[in-house]
Amino acid sequence: MGKVKGKPGPLARRPDNSAFKQQRLPAWSPMLTANTVLPFFYFMALICLLLGVWLLLTVQNTQEMKLDYTEAETCNKCFEMRKNVSNANETCICTVNFRIDKPFEGDVFFYYGLRNFHQNLRRYMDSRDDGQTVGRKKNLKDPSSYCEPFLKDPSGRPIAPCGAVANSIFNDSFTLRYHYSNGIGEVPLLREGLTWYTDKYIKFRNPTTDNLTLAQVFEGTAPPPYWQKPVYKLDPSNPMNNGFINDDFIVWMREAAFPNFKKLYGILFRNDNPFTKGLPAGNYSIDISYNFPVQYFRGRKEVVLTTVTWFGGQNHFLPIAYLVTSSLILLTAVVLTVVWWKFGKDGKNMKE
Amino acid sequence: MGTVLSYFCHLCGHGNKEEKERCLRANDRTFNLSFRYANNAIKTSKYNIFTFLPLNLFEQFKRLANAYFLFLLILQLIPQISSLSWITTGFALIVVLSITAVKDAIDDINRHKCDRQVNNRKVDVLMDGQLKNEKWMNVQVGDIVKLGNNEFVTADLLLLSSSEPFNLVYVDTAELDGETNLKVKQALTVTGELGDNIEALAAFNGEVRCEPPNNRLDKFKGTLTVNGERYALDNDKVLLRGCTLRNTEWCFGLVIFGGPDTKLMQNSGKSMFKRTSIDHLMNILVLCIFGFLASMCSILTIGNAIWETNEGSVFTMFLPREPGIDAPLASFLIFWSYVIVLNTVIPSSLYVSVELIRLGNSFFINWDRKMYYLKKDTPAQARTTTLNEELGQIKYIFSDKTGTLTQNIMTFNKCSINGKAYGDLYDFSGQRVEITERTERVDFSWNNLADPKFNFHDHSLVEMVRGGNPETQEFFRLLSLCHTVMPEEKKEGELSYQAQSPDEGALVNAARNFGFVFRSRTPETITVVEMGKQVIYELLAILDFNNMRKRMSVIVRSPEGKLTLYCKGADTVIFERLHPSCNKLMEVTTDHLNEYAGDGLRTLVLAYKDLNENYMIDWKQRHHEASVAMEGREEKLDELYEEIEKDMMLLGATAVEDKLQDGVPQTIEQLTKADIKIWVLTGDKQETAENIGYSCNMLREEMKDVFVVSANTAEGVKEELQNARRKMCPEAAEEPSVIKSRVGLFWLKKTETVQDEKVDGDYGLIINGHSLAFALEKNLRLELLRTACMCQTVICCRVTPLQKAQVVQLVKKYKQAVTLAIGDGANDVSMIKAAHIGVGISGQEGMQAVLSSDFSFAQFRYLQRLLLVHGRWSYIRMYKFLGYFFYKNFTFTLVQFWYAFFCGFSAKTVYDEWFITFYNMVYTALPVLGMCLFDQDVNDRWSLQHPELYAPGQKNQYFNKKAFVRYLIHGCYCSLIIFFIPWASMNDAVRNDGKDIVSHPSFAFLLQTCLLAVVHTQLCVDTYYWTAVNHFFVLLSTIGYFAISVTMYSNGMFYVFPSSFPLIGAARNTLNQPIVWLTIFLTFLLCILPVVAFRFIFIQLRPTINDKVRYKMRTEELPAPAPRLPLRRRSTRSGYAFSHSQGYGDLVTSRKFLIKRSTKRAPLFTQTDSSIFQNQPQHYRTIAEEPEEPQSP
Repeated sequence: MGKVKGKPGPLARRPDNSAFKQQRLPAWSPMLTANTVLPFFYFMALICLLLGVWLLLTVQNTQEMKLDYTEAETCNKCFEMRKNVSNANETCICTVNFRIDKPFEGDVFFYYGLRNFHQNLRRYMDSRDDGQTVGRKKNLKDPSSYCEPFLKDPSGRPIAPCGAVANSIFNDSFTLRYHYSNGIGEVPLLREGLTWYTDKYIKFRNPTTDNLTLAQVFEGTAPPPYWQKPVYKLDPSNPMNNGFINDDFIVWMREAAFPNFKKLYGILFRNDNPFTKGLPAGNYSIDISYNFPVQYFRGRKEVVLTTVTWFGGQNHFLPIAYLVTSSLILLTAVVLTVVWWKFGKDGKNMKE
Repeated sequence: MGTVLSYFCHLCGHGNKEEKERCLRANDRTFNLSFRYANNAIKTSKYNIFTFLPLNLFEQFKRLANAYFLFLLILQLIPQISSLSWITTGFALIVVLSITAVKDAIDDINRHKCDRQVNNRKVDVLMDGQLKNEKWMNVQVGDIVKLGNNEFVTADLLLLSSSEPFNLVYVDTAELDGETNLKVKQALTVTGELGDNIEALAAFNGEVRCEPPNNRLDKFKGTLTVNGERYALDNDKVLLRGCTLRNTEWCFGLVIFGGPDTKLMQNSGKSMFKRTSIDHLMNILVLCIFGFLASMCSILTIGNAIWETNEGSVFTMFLPREPGIDAPLASFLIFWSYVIVLNTVIPSSLYVSVELIRLGNSFFINWDRKMYYLKKDTPAQARTTTLNEELGQIKYIFSDKTGTLTQNIMTFNKCSINGKAYGDLYDFSGQRVEITERTERVDFSWNNLADPKFNFHDHSLVEMVRGGNPETQEFFRLLSLCHTVMPEEKKEGELSYQAQSPDEGALVNAARNFGFVFRSRTPETITVVEMGKQVIYELLAILDFNNMRKRMSVIVRSPEGKLTLYCKGADTVIFERLHPSCNKLMEVTTDHLNEYAGDGLRTLVLAYKDLNENYMIDWKQRHHEASVAMEGREEKLDELYEEIEKDMMLLGATAVEDKLQDGVPQTIEQLTKADIKIWVLTGDKQETAENIGYSCNMLREEMKDVFVVSANTAEGVKEELQNARRKMCPEAAEEPSVIKSRVGLFWLKKTETVQDEKVDGDYGLIINGHSLAFALEKNLRLELLRTACMCQTVICCRVTPLQKAQVVQLVKKYKQAVTLAIGDGANDVSMIKAAHIGVGISGQEGMQAVLSSDFSFAQFRYLQRLLLVHGRWSYIRMYKFLGYFFYKNFTFTLVQFWYAFFCGFSAKTVYDEWFITFYNMVYTALPVLGMCLFDQDVNDRWSLQHPELYAPGQKNQYFNKKAFVRYLIHGCYCSLIIFFIPWASMNDAVRNDGKDIVSHPSFAFLLQTCLLAVVHTQLCVDTYYWTAVNHFFVLLSTIGYFAISVTMYSNGMFYVFPSSFPLIGAARNTLNQPIVWLTIFLTFLLCILPVVAFRFIFIQLRPTINDKVRYKMRTEELPAPAPRLPLRRRSTRSGYAFSHSQGYGDLVTSRKFLIKRSTKRAPLFTQTDSSIFQNQPQHYRTIAEEPEEPQSP
């Protein structure tokens, strides 16, 4: 302590007269006064009100339709069937019908939703190997031990993609059909471009192929035990959508933060009539290839159709929250004003 | 110290047997070595190079927090439990440990340097028949050393011989007990005969048997055996380490105790590791947080158990259990996993940040120019860097007097001669003019022998003397004759005085300047140069001073043969013995005396009496008989004195000022306004202490009563204390109300607190050392404390260093208040160490006090700045820091608690691991440091203007358990908002291109951003003082957060370490969404606005003193400091005080002092080259003057 610089002269140990050392730095010392606090509160109340109204109006223009198909209509039989594990490999297709009264305008997004599925369990979330899915050959053959117990199949082949997350991929598939006046037609859905750019092109990559086919690259690996097809055959229609860069796979691998979540399945392809402006009103049905078992963990499955606005999908919380906050702030502001008027205005309390 | 000794004992197999008697033989190292006495090296350092790392780490891990983090680190290394990578804890722990280690290392290096400097001092040691220059550390018990003038005494020595006649040695014991007057030690004749004969000394083989090492400074018992003869040894023959040899050319001594065994080191006591009350509170709080953490983890464990049975068991299809771990074990492991996740509730950086802030504040103390003393080039110094905030909580100050409140300089200020007062200046309108440094001084150049440093401003007195006014001349003649001062004239005309009491020095010196120069004395004569003419008086008798007589007289015969008795003494005593014809003069003089007393000056009254030759012969005869009488000598002498000292003629009165340090009364006034109680503990006499009490405004005339406790029995003391108490507070209960409670870690510490009692009116209490000894006994000390605490002012006089410490401890123990002791001498060391905070005045009586103090500066008046400005700021900064820190970490951690309910209690963190690692150490470290280093609610000038701002700190109003609960609740609230608002808004949300946004990484990123926005804004609301640095830190941290996040979630980092940075793209894909910003904004509003609203309402309804002063500061200009008018008071008490002691009259007449000294003697203080001595103001002992023309006799 107290090291003193060797200044010459008789006052060698005199401290410097700098504003910093003398604690005289120029400073702004604000104080909570009525002049600042009260206008600030009123202003914030106004801002929140405006935001709330704006959001509310925006939300009014969105459309959303949720359809729980777990045991709905014909799916009931599939639900019963999936209760028995021995039927796991049998296909079951069911159909649910619904009606849209008001047309969905603009881009329409098709989601599948799961309830009570805990993608956010610590051990579940950790059970993956990002090194493998980014295409590292070493990890492909020798995945991280975090993937246990979905690391190797009984014959010792490494599982690709390994881990509990990949293993439990949602494997129902949907076909949305529009009931024209003269029959039923398929609603075209884009099944690509569902993921973040960073996921599709950076976080997930196939191992470098070097003129090999994808199947050859993945040779010697086993698909996860619950998978019916190997990772390189996920999308038979588009060869570029296979392996680790398959959109459905990537969407699934982005683990949800909460047990109830929805994940993007497809986007309405608006090239042809009558879908250029969105989904017209009318009757629809969805053919579901019902594979994913939810009855074990008392989960539910649903499909969601929604349009989006500038701030995302249909979200009633934010506008209401802003309106409530606005009124709270206004109330507080009024209370503060009264208190200030009655007690603090003349600064009497301050002067004692 | 004891460790060294026990180490040696251990080595030689003595075990822990205590030394019962010390036996040593001079010049016989082999014999002495067989006892394995400690040599003269001292060691105060703790580590050496090899032991540093293990010992320091061990010490650090003894800290609860560090041990806890080590434990966490180990937990995190267990894969089944580890919910977080070990880096999160490891990083912080390593940083914390290394910062502390570096600080400890620097401290210890300084101690090593200090030790080395002392150990390497050189001294002449007699070895193998010749003197060798040796280092102190190599001196062994039994060695004979030679000391020169002004040298420090090497070890505890038995004095063998000296250069002075009668083997006398003069020592200055200032460093040991704080007394500045010289003490005389005398060697045994048998050893004194050895002289400086090296051969004789080398052949000396005396054997000493004495008491074992102890800490009693005033006692020594032993025997010396020389040639078969035994001689008793007492304290008079021992020179103690810490003394300085004065006025003695050389002396030889035999080392009895060395190094750690010396009384000085034994007295220095164990330096206790001082901790502040906030430290203690912090420990308790950390313990509470542990409990809180444990209960949170238990709740989550139960939750996990329930969840596992209900949900987890059916989810095993997707997530099979780990082999060998069943549900109960899994839940048990979850407990520890949550301990890891939630550990951030006790931040590892807490302690290190606290230390950093204290260090910063210590530097500000060191840098403060307003606590820098120009005259001695001494800046203030914070020697302990861990006690700063305690400075803002002081309730009691214990102050030494001499050298602390006073400068220990006496000046002759005023006098009253024959009914006329001199010394004051008046302007034309008759108003008294204040005397400042610029006031014109009286010119004494007409007097060749005058002391040039003497100041006097009233010209009329000189005119009277030079004009030949007989009373005035008689007045100064008396001053030049009636004293026991010794003159020293090294060169012709270079006169200096050696006075036993500084008062006398001042008076004789005054007489010298006014033309009555006391030149020399023999046992029978006194030579005075009266107005340039040498006159030799025959000294017939000295009627010595004692505390009962309160006066001293001399009887002299002038060259003309006139016999006169000159007497000076207390007004009360002398007025009783005056001739009735003086009554009128007495009244006028009393008037003057009252004025002087009101000014706090020390007064003496002077009188004379012409004696009849015949009577004198008779008296002299009887005096001789009485002084040789075998029994009742004292009484007989007293009677004789009484008989001759009557019917005296009053001459006048002198007023001597015991010069206070600058600004002492103002400082005391300020501190009193800040509700700090000041007790003066002094070794001085009662009158002197009382006088100072008045002059520095602690005792006032308006006080209802000033009690004096001076009984000599326990009963007497008890009665006096009780009487005082009953008078002050008649309705109070007889028994003190003691509140017993338990505090501390685990509530193990029992405390007893004596309540403050209300008293109306101000009272003072003066208690002397004898009474204090009784009062400090177990059965009386509560009575003492109670009575003393009712009084505004307490003065303890004639107290020993030990008593000083006892008083401090008494208050510490039963008042639970923070105490500060301030002193300058070695006699204050015990008190400085006992108090919570010890302050040393540097550069007065040696460095002992400073070395054991926590803070040091050069002037008492800096105390107000230290406490009212630095202390207060430190306290405010510390409470703000702790409050904010706890809040910040509660908010941070509790979010994880809420998330547990959504992630199946699986110990999944809601944040990114890197965020957890960096949160305390990087993202929020700088702004909070910035706030806590620079914040000031009001600036220094306003702080001093409003001492009442200090009160909240004393009561610890801002940071206590209640406040802690408040922070906890606030943190809880914010964490609820920060978790549930984003949860509600994001639960079902998608991006505006329909893609995912509720994935765990993006949600984590959103929460982190919300958290930082809220926490930083909260900091902004807390900060009162926005310097550029604060702006910069807040901005830097905010920008830094985004920059670091974007970097860590970037492609490059992911490619290099895919598993360490899995949150790739989270920042980019989240921050471009309006919904995210809308959520952040809403969260922010809901967290911050309630705080602002509450604060605003409190400021309006119940503003704290800080708010009021801040408001005032905004609306008003700082009032100009009111000009201090000299207070003119009149007092009816006696202003008598005279720090003289008995026995010097005998010395003067006994010839012991009066051997003609060799002219080559060095002056008293040779170190005139040191700045301290150059800057020493007028001082009666360092009188040097221009060489004068030789005068014709």
